[in-house]
Amino acid sequence: MTKKENFLKGIFKENPIFVALLGLCPTLAVTTSLENAIGMTIAVIFVLVLSNFIISLIMHNDKLANLVKPVRIPVYIVVIATLVTVVEMLMHAYLIELYNSLGIFIPLIVVNCIILGRAEAFASENKPIDSVIDGLGMAFGFGLAIMLVSIFREFLGAGVLTIWKSLQVDLTFIFDFLRIEPIDMFIKPAGAFISLGFILAIIIAITNRFKARMAEKEKEVKSNG
Amino acid sequence: MDNLIALAFSAFILQNIILTQFLGICPFIGVSTKRSSALGMGFAVIFVMLISSSVTWVLYTYVLETLDIVYMRTIVFILVIAALVQMVETFLKKVSPSLYKALGIYLPLITTNCAVLGVAVLNITNGHSFIEMLVYTTFIGLGFLFVIYIFSMMREKLGRAPVPKAFKGAPIALIVAAVLAIIFTRFGD
Repeated sequence: MTKKENFLKGIFKENPIFVALLGLCPTLAVTTSLENAIGMTIAVIFVLVLSNFIISLIMHNDKLANLVKPVRIPVYIVVIATLVTVVEMLMHAYLIELYNSLGIFIPLIVVNCIILGRAEAFASENKPIDSVIDGLGMAFGFGLAIMLVSIFREFLGAGVLTIWKSLQVDLTFIFDFLRIEPIDMFIKPAGAFISLGFILAIIIAITNRFKARMAEKEKEVKSNG
Repeated sequence: MDNLIALAFSAFILQNIILTQFLGICPFIGVSTKRSSALGMGFAVIFVMLISSSVTWVLYTYVLETLDIVYMRTIVFILVIAALVQMVETFLKKVSPSLYKALGIYLPLITTNCAVLGVAVLNITNGHSFIEMLVYTTFIGLGFLFVIYIFSMMREKLGRAPVPKAFKGAPIALIVAAVLAIIFTRFGD
């Protein structure tokens, strides 16, 4: 597997949300606005890349690996929890508004199955550099997925798209035709389930179509050859 | 007393942990295909949640706050939960093999169930007293059990329904969950 394939698999072939259905809690909870989704993505990129790197370093040192192996899951959890605490403190210091709107979902990054899953399935068996690339790919796959869901929800539910909003910068796009009478169900919990359900179905339909076309092409090649 | 009843009701319905707070979605989608497994998971969650919330509440108020190391919250809580789940598992295996048989396979899954850590943290951020914490945690757990049980009955029927190919499995489950969520959030209006 080349480095590029390693990176891209997290975004398409093994997308943590759309293909593996991991980490659905933040997908549903923080997608009320694009801004929250972007904030969550940044936090997850930080935690996932560093945890993959550190765990891969630990498991590649023979002495440490032998020591850690019988209790590896608690060790992974401590590494991840430490990184999450760092993110929590940084956000509290510099991005207080984002910190307040993400709320309980920042400490809950610890139990995000994507991060522990990558530590166990990839980082413990691969080189540190590959693990960093895998972490980046998976985090981007996660980020793109939650941004897609949040764009869908915020656009329909509030008629705006907030990319970043603070005292200095205000990157908000307002769509007047929806702003006047938004479908506010999409901002509410029920809208989260409906949006994710339909987006998942659309993606499954597209991949099925794609697979069928690939199979047809292969058949053609075979019958011609 | 009125206070506690209001808290219980809001934890059970208005702030239902699955449908309005989005915690514990993984078991909600993953283990809800059969009624029996939904019940097992529900009871296992209530059990672990009550023990872990009590322990973390005591630890937080008497150790972390007195030592002024509140920032260690996340690390301490997740370690306590992981250790507790392990202990409950070994304890049940020794003391009550029949209960272990019923709940056993769900226990390891609970460590990464965000509902357990979520409720432990929520009890702290909401500033509950010890009794409020017990009531809140019990009713949040019952709300989890209630919703996952209803949902598993719906999914048993869904398994036999003619659903378009792309919607099979998770997508249709999420859309059905949306209908449930509408019912639950309407209580709040």
